[in-house]
Amino acid sequence: MAGLHSLANPARFRRLSQRVLPSLAFATVLMLAVGLYLALIQSPPDYQQGDTVRIMFVHVPSAWIAMAGYGLLAALGASLLVWRHPLAALMARAAAPVGAAFAAVCLVTGSLWGRPMWGAYWVWDARLTSMLLLFFLYLGHIALSRAYDEPERGDRAAAILALIGVINLPIIKFSVDWWNTLHQPASVARLGGPSIHPSILIPLLWMAATLFLLFVLLVLLRTENEIDRRRLDAAEAQA
Amino acid sequence: MSNHAVFVLSSYLVAAVILGGLLISSLATRRRVRRDLAARGLDRKR
Repeated sequence: MAGLHSLANPARFRRLSQRVLPSLAFATVLMLAVGLYLALIQSPPDYQQGDTVRIMFVHVPSAWIAMAGYGLLAALGASLLVWRHPLAALMARAAAPVGAAFAAVCLVTGSLWGRPMWGAYWVWDARLTSMLLLFFLYLGHIALSRAYDEPERGDRAAAILALIGVINLPIIKFSVDWWNTLHQPASVARLGGPSIHPSILIPLLWMAATLFLLFVLLVLLRTENEIDRRRLDAAEAQA
Repeated sequence: MSNHAVFVLSSYLVAAVILGGLLISSLATRRRVRRDLAARGLDRKR
């Protein structure tokens, strides 16, 4: 825990991030190239879904990352409100648009899968609706954090929203069990192990790891930007 | 790919535009902020 607290120093975080970013970028590009090959060429069509199963290699990881990203926002919100870590607010500002982007990718790709499989781009199903709510929570976080002249007030308001909105995460996860939904139940993260054939599971997990690296890369890059921007604002205020 | 190729390729295209756009915008911001910091003599040695 002490190690995590020491990382909350923006200057120390920035030094560490600058060391990590080049290797992270290289690993992401490499994994993306292999992932696209596995997803679009190597993996077979599904016996029921046909080639539309390839949409799942982007859709499912995007959903996981959007949910994990919101969990990160809530943790950063708690860290800001409880310990007043200076880095927590900056990282939350950086992470919210990235999480929103993954939520948008999840919604759009899900819609593009739904048209050929369900015959509709959108249905007001519990899983789809709770995911749409997650996207709106991200937008609310972005708007709130920028709504005040004093950034600290915006950061605190956004942190409270992140903590309240975290209740939506178990709703998304268990919506397919709690309600009678058109969306299929969990097939990877479930008791009894994944129900997917390895020929589909391996590209799915590979793309999940790749998109997770991209998420980390974007958050680190944007956090550095926020640290620099705060320094710039401080310099302008002094001038 | 089958007659669903348009949906598959559109999905990957949308993901590329959204995530790639965010990456490009983040890199552009990084460049602009660092240029402004350098103009004020606040840039850090790497």
